[in-house]
Amino acid sequence: MFSLELLLNALVAGILLGGFYAAVSLGISMAFGLLDVVNIAHPVFVMLGAYAAYIMNVRLGFDPILTGVLFTPLFYGLGVLLYRVYYASFERKGAESLRGLVFFFGVLFIVEVSLLLAFGVDYRLVEAPYIGESLRIGSVGIAFRLLVPCVVGVALTGALYLFLSRTFYGRAIQAVAQDAFALRLMGANPFRVKGIAFGLAIATAALAGALLIMIGPVEPAMNREYIGRVFAVAVLGGMGSIGGTLVAALILGIAESLTATFSGPSWSVAVSFGVLLFALAVRPAGLFGR
Amino acid sequence: MRGDYPLNSTLRSSRRRLRATVVCALVAALVLSAAWAPAALAADPIKIGFGMALTGGLAANGKAALIAMQLWAEDVNKTGGLLGRKVELVYYDDQTKGATVPGIYTKLLDVDKVHFVVSGYGTNLIAPAMPIVMERKLVFPALFGLANNEKANYRGYFQIMPAGPRPALDWTATYLEVATRQTPKPQTIAIVGADAEYPHNALAGIRENIKKFGLKTVYDATYPPNTVDFTPIARAIKATNPDVVFVASYPPDSVGMVLAAHEVQLRPKMFGGGMVGLQFAAFLTKLGPKLNGIVNYDFWVPEPSLKFPGIEEFLKRYQARAAKEGVDPLGHYLPPWAYAYLQVLGQAIEGTKSVDQQKVAEYLHAKEHDTIVGKVKFGGNGEWATSRVLQVQFQGIDSGDVAQFHKPGKRVVVWPEQFKSGNVVYPYEKALK
Repeated sequence: MFSLELLLNALVAGILLGGFYAAVSLGISMAFGLLDVVNIAHPVFVMLGAYAAYIMNVRLGFDPILTGVLFTPLFYGLGVLLYRVYYASFERKGAESLRGLVFFFGVLFIVEVSLLLAFGVDYRLVEAPYIGESLRIGSVGIAFRLLVPCVVGVALTGALYLFLSRTFYGRAIQAVAQDAFALRLMGANPFRVKGIAFGLAIATAALAGALLIMIGPVEPAMNREYIGRVFAVAVLGGMGSIGGTLVAALILGIAESLTATFSGPSWSVAVSFGVLLFALAVRPAGLFGR
Repeated sequence: MRGDYPLNSTLRSSRRRLRATVVCALVAALVLSAAWAPAALAADPIKIGFGMALTGGLAANGKAALIAMQLWAEDVNKTGGLLGRKVELVYYDDQTKGATVPGIYTKLLDVDKVHFVVSGYGTNLIAPAMPIVMERKLVFPALFGLANNEKANYRGYFQIMPAGPRPALDWTATYLEVATRQTPKPQTIAIVGADAEYPHNALAGIRENIKKFGLKTVYDATYPPNTVDFTPIARAIKATNPDVVFVASYPPDSVGMVLAAHEVQLRPKMFGGGMVGLQFAAFLTKLGPKLNGIVNYDFWVPEPSLKFPGIEEFLKRYQARAAKEGVDPLGHYLPPWAYAYLQVLGQAIEGTKSVDQQKVAEYLHAKEHDTIVGKVKFGGNGEWATSRVLQVQFQGIDSGDVAQFHKPGKRVVVWPEQFKSGNVVYPYEKALK
């Protein structure tokens, strides 16, 4: 069954899938990798973003990406607020490890049940002219439904990378990740810097959710399916490395796609996690870990 | 002391009166309690217990089924209940998790003391309840499980889904019956399904049928339930160039497969088979014209050949309730059957004038039952005595408007002959135009 055409298509499909995985995992990489906040509720914020895209699509006919962009500031504010609660209740008291984890589990269930009450249990989809259509370049077919998430995912990664490396606040976030105490000595407020970073992490969920509902139908409890996958990407990438997250997401996407094409799709997840285990055995800090 | 006598005498006589009064009161209480006993029993409702997917992956259907079951209970209670007793539904959310099911049924039986249990929705949620109902020798009407009783062959199991006496085989045979009657006759087939109970059963069934119908399998694979991108699968299938593609998938995967098939331009001569979800309004409206040409299983569609007494009136009432609760506004797929599996149980309780599990089970086996989904006759293994799986082809869909799916002509019954409402447009590509 092997052919060059199949191989090319599988590679392209893997890259597209990887771009989407990167978008979903960026928030975890920032919160978990840079800030040491185990935000296990991140996928439920992605789901919240998906439902925002759904409601704006159904009521006002907005494109999901447009909704994602419009809701980003709102999600940023939500993230800052959530971090303040987390800081005041757990981090300041040094109880962030286990109690913080339980807190985010609680947030996950509250948001999930709120979505259930607001939207019911039915699957929801969005409509856009490019969903279900594809572009052909030679023998390679590219589904718009996956191309758009990939482009947005890569753009989001690039934007965050530039923000973290080129701006004052970005450098401050990297500094707080390295040594919050030293940052305090420099006259900066680690709490405020971490709040901004956490806000940004949640803001990425608005866009990631819009991408998710573009790819397929969603229902409130679906977020749990993504917990393992997004943490795998963040860990493989090297915990907090934004570029590493994209590379890890692409590796897992390509591994899944190649396996699904050539060895049977039932092995795809096993192969992805096999890659993760192997990479961690060779580089325990992840591909781009410090 | 003498002076005491009249007092003693009065005391004695009043004691005697008191004793007589107490005895009379006791006798009256006994007589009254005996007289009231049947009335008190009559006031005790007949409790029917079940777990239902009200959250989780199957909740959209589970909630729709619950509305139908509540409508049945209301209808029965309006006409005096069963055996002169009201009917009460006792249910819990199984969260679409098999692990919750044994606990739910144990609680229903031991704490809630229900008189009957019926299943929740779906193969995966029926299977974990089977050991409990079998151990306690209970009647167990079940809602849409594929081949749940194939190995156990339990006498109390009654499956309302009309898959037929050999569910996995009969279900999938209908798809190949349609395919192999077309000209030119297909030679090769690709089969794919999710790694889960129902798709596994369906794939096992079609593998047997492929031999019977003389087709050659060119692709046979399963995929993990949380697959995001189906284009590599669709492309791998396309590379094998099959004449027929059979997909056994759950709702989100069905959407993924339909979209992926369009994106990679997968064009076999026939496509579909066992895709769950293509019966729900949410997906029908969003996929719209992309559904054209797909031949898929169904159990009821609003075609003239399937107008059973009571079904239209039921659907009107269901749709009014569903609009308020935000569940499937069409209700063609599961709700009529959720109503019907309680109808057959109710008829058996009335027919035997009893809540005895054994008698009810024997009655269910012996009689034919009139329901809103037509006449139901169970075979020895509790499946329908004859299969009534429909193969339906999506035709002439030009938009995502939900109103078109209330009317006939969009989901044409192409199998079986008895309920046929139109011809297959073959090959698949022709129906896409």
